[in-house]
This record gives sequence, structure tokens and C-alpha cells, in this order.
Amino acid sequence: MQEWANHLCENRQFGSKMTDSKYFTTTKKGEIFELKAELNSDKKEKKKEAVKKVIASMTVGKDVSALFPDVVNCMQTDNLELKKLVYLYLMNYAKSQPDMAIMAVNTFVKDCEDPNPLIRALAVRTMGCIRVDKITEYLCEPLRKCLKDEDPYVRKTAAVCVAKLHDINAQLVEDQGFLDTLKDLISDSNPMVVANAVAALSEIAESHPNSNLMDLNPQTINKLLTALNECTEWGQIFILDCLANYTPRDDRESQSICERVTPRLSHANSAVVLSAVKVLMKFMEMLPKDLDYYGTLLKKLAPPLVTLLSAEPELQYVALRNINLIVQRRPEILKHEMKVFFVKYNDPIYVKLEKLDIMIRLASQANIAQVLAELKEYATEVDVDFVRKAVRAIGRCAIKVEQSAERCVSTLLDLIQTKVNYVVQEAIVVIKDIFRKYPNKYESVIATLCENLDSLDEPEARAAMIWIVGEYAERIDNADELLESFLEGFHDESTQVQLQLLTAIVKLFLKKPTETQELVQQVLSLATQDSDNPDLRDRGYIYWRLLSTDPVAAKEVVLAEKPLISEETDLIEPTLLEELICHIGTLASVYHKPPSAFVEGSRGVQHKRLPGSAGSGESESPDAGSAGGVSEAPPAVIPSQGDLLGDLLNLDLTPPTATGPPPPSSGMQMGAMDLLGGGLDSLMGDESEPPHIPPRTHTPQSPQLPHQSPSPPDYSPTELGGDLGGSPAMGSGFGGPPAAMPASFSAPVSGGLDDLFDLGGGVGMPMGAYSPPKTIWLPAMKAKGLEILGTFARRAGVIQMEMTLTNKAMSVMSDFAIQFNRNSFGLAPAGPLQVLTPLSPNQSIEVALPLNTVGPIMKMEPLNNLQVAVKNNIDVFYFSCQYPISMLFVEDGTMDRQVFLATWKDIPNDNEAQFQIKDCHLNSDAASNKLQGSNIFTIAKRTVEGQDMLYQSIKLTNGIWVLAELKVQAGNPNFMVSLKCRAPEVSQCVFQSYEAVLKN
Amino acid sequence: MIHSLFLVNASGDIFLEKHWKSVVSRSVCDYFFEAQERATEPENVPPVIPTPHHYLISVLRHRIFFVAVIQSEVPPLFVIEFLHRVVDTFQDYFGVCTEAAIKDNVVVVYELLEEMLDNGFPLATESNILKELIKPPTILRTMVNTITGSTNVGEQLPTGQLSVVPWRRTGVKYTNNEAYFDVVEEIDAIIDKSGSTITAEIQGVIDACVKLTGMPDLTLSFMNPRLLDDVSFHPCVRFKRWEAERILSFIPPDGNFRLLSYHVSSQNLVAIPVYVKHNITFREGSSQGRFDLTLGPKQTMGKAVEAVLVSSQLPRGVLNANLNASQGTYTFDPVTKMLSWDVGKINPQKLPSLKGTMSLQAGASKPDENPTINIQLKIQQMAISGLKVNRLDMYGEKYKPFKGIKYMTKAGKFQVRT
Repeated sequence: MQEWANHLCENRQFGSKMTDSKYFTTTKKGEIFELKAELNSDKKEKKKEAVKKVIASMTVGKDVSALFPDVVNCMQTDNLELKKLVYLYLMNYAKSQPDMAIMAVNTFVKDCEDPNPLIRALAVRTMGCIRVDKITEYLCEPLRKCLKDEDPYVRKTAAVCVAKLHDINAQLVEDQGFLDTLKDLISDSNPMVVANAVAALSEIAESHPNSNLMDLNPQTINKLLTALNECTEWGQIFILDCLANYTPRDDRESQSICERVTPRLSHANSAVVLSAVKVLMKFMEMLPKDLDYYGTLLKKLAPPLVTLLSAEPELQYVALRNINLIVQRRPEILKHEMKVFFVKYNDPIYVKLEKLDIMIRLASQANIAQVLAELKEYATEVDVDFVRKAVRAIGRCAIKVEQSAERCVSTLLDLIQTKVNYVVQEAIVVIKDIFRKYPNKYESVIATLCENLDSLDEPEARAAMIWIVGEYAERIDNADELLESFLEGFHDESTQVQLQLLTAIVKLFLKKPTETQELVQQVLSLATQDSDNPDLRDRGYIYWRLLSTDPVAAKEVVLAEKPLISEETDLIEPTLLEELICHIGTLASVYHKPPSAFVEGSRGVQHKRLPGSAGSGESESPDAGSAGGVSEAPPAVIPSQGDLLGDLLNLDLTPPTATGPPPPSSGMQMGAMDLLGGGLDSLMGDESEPPHIPPRTHTPQSPQLPHQSPSPPDYSPTELGGDLGGSPAMGSGFGGPPAAMPASFSAPVSGGLDDLFDLGGGVGMPMGAYSPPKTIWLPAMKAKGLEILGTFARRAGVIQMEMTLTNKAMSVMSDFAIQFNRNSFGLAPAGPLQVLTPLSPNQSIEVALPLNTVGPIMKMEPLNNLQVAVKNNIDVFYFSCQYPISMLFVEDGTMDRQVFLATWKDIPNDNEAQFQIKDCHLNSDAASNKLQGSNIFTIAKRTVEGQDMLYQSIKLTNGIWVLAELKVQAGNPNFMVSLKCRAPEVSQCVFQSYEAVLKN
Repeated sequence: MIHSLFLVNASGDIFLEKHWKSVVSRSVCDYFFEAQERATEPENVPPVIPTPHHYLISVLRHRIFFVAVIQSEVPPLFVIEFLHRVVDTFQDYFGVCTEAAIKDNVVVVYELLEEMLDNGFPLATESNILKELIKPPTILRTMVNTITGSTNVGEQLPTGQLSVVPWRRTGVKYTNNEAYFDVVEEIDAIIDKSGSTITAEIQGVIDACVKLTGMPDLTLSFMNPRLLDDVSFHPCVRFKRWEAERILSFIPPDGNFRLLSYHVSSQNLVAIPVYVKHNITFREGSSQGRFDLTLGPKQTMGKAVEAVLVSSQLPRGVLNANLNASQGTYTFDPVTKMLSWDVGKINPQKLPSLKGTMSLQAGASKPDENPTINIQLKIQQMAISGLKVNRLDMYGEKYKPFKGIKYMTKAGKFQVRT
């Protein structure tokens, strides 16, 4: 009776509110002290209340770790709730109190023997959560028992515990053989145990990409499929994700798995549905397309995907990201479901944007009218981001569905009439693209566009408008005025606009040379002299030289017919798409990036590929393939004849052939020179001031273009190609020595570029054992993950190509082979490429390929250019690199003095080339020694008036002799080299070797 | 798997955290708060947010963000589904899922979260099993516990967890055996200016409340099962039987559960229950706009349209609305520009209308955007898809249960463009 009354009193103390919120009120001073007292109370009830308070404090982030020993003391109790609460506490604080945590071990060991399976499971579950390395070994024995427990509930809990333990101490788990026990559990009779074993193994496998933990064979697959039907929804997800990693042996097995997975599409849990979709999408690849079942399966996939869109917005978002992949891979699945992607006005913005994207992907001639009507509706909504994207979508529809282009254009014009600023700007950007796709079709709208010129304040819209004005300058009467108006604030514009303005004015000039000469000069000087932006300067110089050297070529280049822009520039690259399809439902699929690209925990995720069916794997989606190919830079980096990028790159390294007769092979250069004479005049007409053409002499300070990337980073490749490219005349126009520039211009040109001269000097040269640092020849992104760094070296008379091959993809690479194109000196591999073991992901291998010089010969531009093809099991990749010519200097290159003298006289003076080597702080002997290491032999030395003259000879592998005179003046860091050779083309390369050897 | 969970309230405070593996600092939520700040509306916070070392996957329910932290590749849908399940469970346990309710029951919340996830792997998410493990708090039970020292935690092994029917506990006993099924359909539609249907689809569910003794085995058949070509079942439904005979055969969970949800796609003809005549215009140069709206029933099979609520987000330039409702009441919030009109029941003889003028900011130009009208409604005793249950039979037990079926149609996202 007394106790009953006590309880009532206690009850009143807690207040009238009978809820847990009272635990939050204990924030006064000495709280920990009070709790300590209560925890050590004799009364069971008081103890429990105290533990509850402790837990509550812990939940809200208060530090109650000081109570550790007191709480652990409460652990040995029969009260299940109290036990659970103490376990909760332990899990949270054991890490910070490792020594104390050992106190808990005994209780765990005891609890694992408890007759009640619930207690056993609870103990094994909790002990895995105590992340203290020290006590893990004490837990192995209880865990081993629990893994073999008679009760499946305990076994399934123990399976997860293995994963927990592995996370804390992987080695221990392996040593104790727990992984094998776990594998055995896949064959357990209870589906829940199977599911948890699969989940645990999958998690462990993620940190061991190559461990082959999940040894999937038809028997295990069968077990998994059986368990799939009976386990919980979460277990189904684990099992389906695991199944997706299996590659069936043939189409029959594939079909039977699909049949057993299909019912999962009707599951209420969307994660189960999406995992099932993943398995089906993957295994479908193996089914022959003419199979009835294939069509049935396709039909079955649509409804569940549509249903996902009626779920909560968060689920919708993930579903939409995945559907985006699915419609790219198999557009037929959802082609009739366009309407479900129509945007509701109260959808969250992230859902709206995704729906829009898919609408465009599904747009076809059949539904375009509906889609356009919707898009127009969206363009009047409130959310600016969404409206912009809707306007862009109209443009993409025009480009995708040709029949709709006209309707799209008129819709865009309607939108422009609304005068809503951002709508107008977006519309102009997309109309530019439409012009690119359908040239000479919709130019009638230009007048309307021009009306809105003043309202454009975004760089992209301004650039687009300028492009339009430049492109159609001949049809716009006041094009010069329009462009001039932009020119006033040239330096305040963004780079994008500046570049576009430069190009547009050059176009204008080429179309209407008489009136716009002043304008073009103005923009060229703004771009080259007043700008700090190297891209802008480069482009300015290119145009400048082009215009002054060869206006006819300029016209051909600048006004060349542009390649049409690709239908869908935003398609995911096919190999990536294939990989992402294997990762449907994962984070990778949400971000549309391969898992390796972003998940931190994944130390090397397996690169997944879709299985191919007989001969139909890769070629199944030719549309996607070709379109993707256009949007991505093609993997081959060998410059083709018309490839501007390549030619520009080579520009710097072209040997000056000015003084000698041009070599027969460079006929194009001849052509360029011929055009030089009257071309400019003919274009400029009589009114123009006759340009001053300086004599074409060779000077050591020849203005070289800076060795910058020819493509400004913020400039899309297609546009560059369109604006500049497409003409082989381009490269050759530059191939000749820089000259023929109006005198007033030449000073800043050479001045501004001198400092960049070194960059243009070429690649580093090896000397003796020295080999230049390896440079990237083939970037991984261009070669499906294969990266090649390389250099050349001459070691003990053998030319070697030394390469580091790195596998940055996720699949193993093997079957490497290499081939060279014909080249100037007949370089060829002397043996096969020795990559004996397959290259696993993230592995690198060093290869030295011996070369000989007996291969087929073709003169290259530049001379030391080498085009290489490397093959592996994935594809063939092309790249070009330049070898230092010093590699070809043979050891017996010492010429007899008399012969030297005679030869020197014999070679005509025209063949002599002079170079200056700057800033070389060596004396003549040191220089001589250094050069000797690279087989440049000093035959004689003469000293005249404090100036050392070294006479040197070099012999190339093909028997060409190069004679050199090196002048070294004490105290003067600038050396002079005169080279004489019967084949003067090599002089430039030899000079580069000189410089590299001396400076390294 | 799921590493940690943070609960964030509307004002951006973390009021609860739970870690299933090592402790992740709360500062990880800063990335979430950044995204929250960028989003104009709470609904617009993206559900998946990358941070340098973790991923944050969140759902928004009852104005609380449930933010899960994950570290390795985990299917995001798995996480989102789980979070929704957590919310459902809280709602189930505490009646409402609010910050106050969660704080009031923090120990139960913690126990629940601990049972639901083990090391990030879902453990027990079925409401039946959870309730066996942790008894839901009631005033009475809390009182009794405090007095007698007993606990919320069940002493027994949750037997359901091991059986082949994990959703049903054994030994269920009722004096009145009853099984009720509610067929509830929501119609989502977009109607364009001219009144023609752009898209319309139906999301239907059959929710059941089954209180039957023992292990009953039920079958449910439909008059027109062909309507159901896109269905998601509760795990208890035998899929093979459905595939073969189009009959739902199942051993039901005890109590309330969702038997199936289905989707009638836009490719089928969907009946539209109401029509809207509207005329919302602004004239250039005038500071007044006209607002004129009339509702009428359309394809309702003679059933009354009730609980009609019309709402519309008027253009930003609108200062006020001076309207006259033929029935019901309307409100206009000048801050959010939200107009809502509680119509009530539509009388086909005297159609409800809302007419009047809107005043614009003086000198402001004519608004560009066209307001969309959102309609909510209810129709009792009708499933708008036409779905009808044929019969419900019970096997396996001897008693005769009381059976009931109810139909209802609601408007989901029913939008009329103007």
C-alpha cells in the first residue's frame, strides 16, 4: 500500500503530461550528477527512468558519455526494454570509451547463449554495432555460433553482423573464415537469411572489387530466385541488385530469369520495381529480338514505369532520372506514354525539369503538335528556370523533328512577341541553333530578331545574336551598324561575346569588304592588342594573318559551309549509357555518371557492361551511336587533312622553309605563296591602302603562334568547326613563314609572342640517358579509359618508345597491339607491344617498345610527327606524337675533318639555316660534352676574338648528314647555330634538338 | 546503406538525429540547408544532394524533412521508400507526425528507428511486427507503465518475422469478424483553356481493414478486371493466381493495409467529373481584371459532386479580388496571391459561380502568366474508372465474416488551364 502511494507521488512529480517530452526538460545544472545518482538507484523503476532520460539527452545531441560506467552497470538486467536502452547507449558511446566497452563483452557473450532467440539476436546485433577494434576479437566466437544458430532470426541477424565486423576489421573477418560461412548462407532454407547474406556480401564486395565474393552460378541464381519470392521487400531489392551482376550463359537462361523477375514489377515498393527493371533491361540484351517473349517483355515494362510517376515527388524524381536513361536505350518502351510526362503546375521544380527533358526525348512526328502546345503553355509559367528550359526545349524539338521546325519557329516568334526579357533571350539562342540545322530556310525572321537587339543582356543571347548578324551579314542592310554598336563596349563583354563579335565582323568584312575595313581593323586591334585573353588574342591573330596572307583562303575558311549541328547533342555517350543501364536505380543513374566518378566509398567499382546477344550488342541503337559520336569529340586525334584543330596544333612546329626551295611534298605551301601576291589587293580593291608586305626573310624571332589550345574552352567544338574549320587551305596558309602583315601590325605581333616562343619550340629532347618527361599522348577520355603517357629515348643505340599505359576504365583491358602510320624516317616497332598480363582497372604498366627505322616512309608535317594506332580488347585508338629528332642521331656520326670542310663548301648557301639559342649558360666545352651525349659530335674547335666556334657533325639514321657551326661567346648566354644540310627540311628539327639538349 | 538520419523542422533546426553506423557530424546538414536556401519553396529542395563525402537523400512530409545520410552506392529509391515508411510508422504510432509528437515520444521513436534498421539494413518495417516489438503509446498504457513498471517493449519474439506470412501475426482473435474494402480513386487531369482534356489518368487504391480471426484466406474478384493492367500489390497477394485468373487471392495482414494500388493510364478514356467555364482577363492599360468562373457536373453517373474546393494562384500583379460567390465562401490571400473558394456540393440545377473584378497595381503592365485552376472534389459511391468488385470469399476459417465495400472518387491533381 505504501509503495502504491509512492508510485502515485512519483507520478505526480513528472507532471500531468504523460509523455516522453519530460525527458527534455532536464537541462538544469548538475544534470549529469543527478542522472548518475538515479542510475545507481536501487529502484528498478528509477533506473529505467534515468536511462530513458540519458537516451533522450543523447538523441538531441547532448554529451552524456560521462555516464558510461553507470549505464553499463544497468546492462545486466532481465528487463528487455532496459537492456535495449542500454544497448542503444552502448552503440553510441562505445567508440569514445573503448576501455569501458570491454566491460560489456561478457554480457554479450552471455546473451548470445540466452534461450530466447530474440535476446540472442539482439546481442549479436548490438555487439556488431560497437565499433571498437579492441573488442572485436572477443566477439568472433559468439558470432560464429550465431551464424549457425538453429533459429533463422538469429542467423539472419548474424549475417548482417559479419558485414559490420568487416567494416571495422576486414582482415579479422577473412581470417576467421566468416566470408565462407556467409557464402554458405546463400543456400539457407530461410529466404530472409538468404536475403541478408546477399546484402552483407554485396556490401563487403563493394570494398573488394575483385574478390569475386559473389560467385554467381546457375545453382546460386536458382536459390536467389526462389528466395526472391518469399523474402521481404528490402530483401528483394538486395537479391535483384545482386542478380543484375550475373551474366547468363545463353538467351534461354536469360529468358527464364526474366520470367521469374517480371512479377516484381507489380510490387508496391518502387525500389523493388526499379531494381527489377534494371535486371530486365540488362538481360533483355541477350534475348533475340524476334522472340515473342521479347515483345511481351517490352510491353510489360511500360506500366510500372508510368506508375512510378504517380508516387511522391521524391520517388518521381529518381524514377524520372532513370526513365531518362531507359528512353535513350529503348525509346520504344514509352513511346506511347508521352502524356504522363506533361507537367503539372504544382510539381516541384526538379520534377518539372526532368519531365521536360524526357518529353523532348520522346518527341516524334506523331506527337509533336501536342508537345509543342504544352511547351508553349510552359513558357508562360512563373518559374524562370523552367520557362527557359521550356523555350530551349522548343528549339530542341525543331532540331529533332524536322517536320516540326516551321511550327517551332513560329512558336518561338510568338514568344518573342511577349517581350518577356528572358524568354526573348532564350528564344534567340535556340533560333541560332535552328539556323545551324536548317540553313537558308528561316532567315525571314531575322528582322524580328534584330528588333530585340537592345534588350539582350545575357552573354549567351548576345553571342547568338551576333552570330546571326555575322552569318547573314549580306542580308542585313545595317549589319555593320549593328555590330559596331556592340564594339563600343568590347572590353566589358564576356569572352563568349568577344569571340563571337570578332568572328562576326571578320565574316562581315569578307562579305562586304569595301565598307567594313575600318571595322575589321578596329576589332582585330581590340582583340590582339588590348585584350589579356589568350584565346581572343589567338583568334585575332589567326584572322589577321589569314586576312593578310591569303584573303581568298580566308574566305574559304571563314565562310566555309558549316557542318550541320547534330540532332541531339545531349545524348549520353553509348558506352556510358550501357554502363548506366546496368546501374539503374543507383546514385549513378541519378547523376548520369559512372559510379567510379563520384562515389567515395567505392574503391574501384566493377565496370559493368551490358551483355551482348549474338552480334546485336553494340549495333542495336545506331541512332544513339552516331548522334553520340558527333557530340563527343571523336576518339581519334590524328589530324585528318581537313582537320583544323590538328593543323593548328602542328603550326608551331613547321620548319621554316623560307630560305630554301620549298620541299616538293609541301605543294600546298607553294600554292599559298602564289596566292599571296595579288589576293589581298583583289579583295581590298583599289580604295584600300596598299598593304605593306615586308620581304619574306627569315628571322629568328619569327612570330610563332603561342602553343595554346586552339579551341577556347567556353566555345563548343561544333561552333569552332563551323566558324573556322572545314578547309584544308587553312593549315597550309599558315604553313608558310609568317609574313605579309601590314607593317604597323607586325611590331605588337612579334613582341607579344616572343615570350611564348619557347612554348612553340617543341617537345623536350633526351640527352644521353636523359629522356624528357612523359607527356600525355592519349588522354583517357578519348580512348574509353586507356591513357597513354609516353616519351622517346635512345638507349645504347636502340630507339625506344617508352610508354605508361593506364587503365582508367572499369573493365580489364587486354590484347594490346600497336602500329605506326608511315612517317618521315620510317620508324616502325621492332617487335610487338609487350603487355603480357591484362591490365586491370586503375593499374598502370610501363612498356618500352624498341623501334627500328626500316618501315615505310612518308613525309610528315611536321617532319617528326608520328601517327600511332593502339588497339586493345575494347577498340582501336589513334593519336599522334612528335619524337625528338635527336633520337635518330646515330653513334657513328663523326665526320672526317676534311670531308666536313668539303661538304660544308659543297652544300649551297641557300641550305644554311641560322638559329639563336638564348639563355644557355654553358661554356663551349660543357656544351660540346652535352651534345656528344646525344650523338652530336664536335670535330673541330676554333677560337676567334673570344668567340668559340664549334664545328659539329650529325648523322641521321637514314644517312643524312647535318653539319653545324656553333658560336659560343664567353659571357654571352646566346649561342648561334648555323646548320647546313642537303635536306634543309630537317634543320628546324635539328635546331630544336640542339636547344633541348643544351637546356636540359 | 543508410548511415544516419536527421530530422529537420520547417525553421531549419535539426531536432533529432540517429546514427546506425559511426556518428556523422551534424555539419553534414549544412549542405542540405544551402540547398534549402536556394530553393524558393520547401517542396523544391532536390531529394538527392551530393556532398564531398556523403549523399543526402531527403523526403518532405508534414513540413518535416527526413534527411538520410549515405556514404556508399545505395539505391536512392530504397532510401526514399524507407524514409516514407518511417513517416508512415510514426503516423501509425502517434496519430500525427509532427515535431511535437516526435519529441513527446522520443524514446519510442528511437526504439522504432533501432528496430527498423540494423547497420543500415532494413530489419522490421511491417507495422504488425513493429507493434509486437514496441507497443504504441497510449495515454492509458503510459500511465499503466509508469505505475506498474512494465514496458512498451514486447517480451516475445515477433513470430510473424519468421513465418512465410510475415505480415500476419498468429493467434488473432475477434468476436466480430469483419472485412471492409475501400476502393478510392483519384483522378489526375490537365484540362486546357478550351475545356478539352490534355491528359487524364486515374490512381486507384484498395485499402482494406480486415479484422478476422485465425488465418483466413480471401479471394476478391472484379466485374471488370481488364481495367487493372497496371497494378502494384501488397506482398500478401498471390501473383500467379492474378496472372492466370485475374483474381486477388491472399492471406490478409491483420488490421489496416493497402491491398493494391493501380493506375488507369491516359490511354484509356477517362471520365471527367466536372467542367469549368472561366473567363479571367486583364486589359492592357487598365488596372482592373475580370474574373468569372462557373462549375458544373459532367460525367458523374448521376452521383453528387461534393466537397468541391477551387483554388488558383493569381498573377503576382493582382492586388486584390472583389468577387461574388453564388454559394460557399472564397478567400484571397494578397500575400501569396492564392484564391480559394470552398464551394461545397454542386447543385446541377443551380450551378455555382464566382464572379467579380480583380484590382491590379496601378500602372503595372498586364500580367503575362495565366493562372491555373486547381480543383478538389469528392464523389461518393462511385469509382470513376468504373471498377466494380464482384465478390469476396473466405476460405480456411469456419465463421461467416461481415463484408463491406465502399467506393469513392477524389480529384488528385486536377488542373484547368486558363
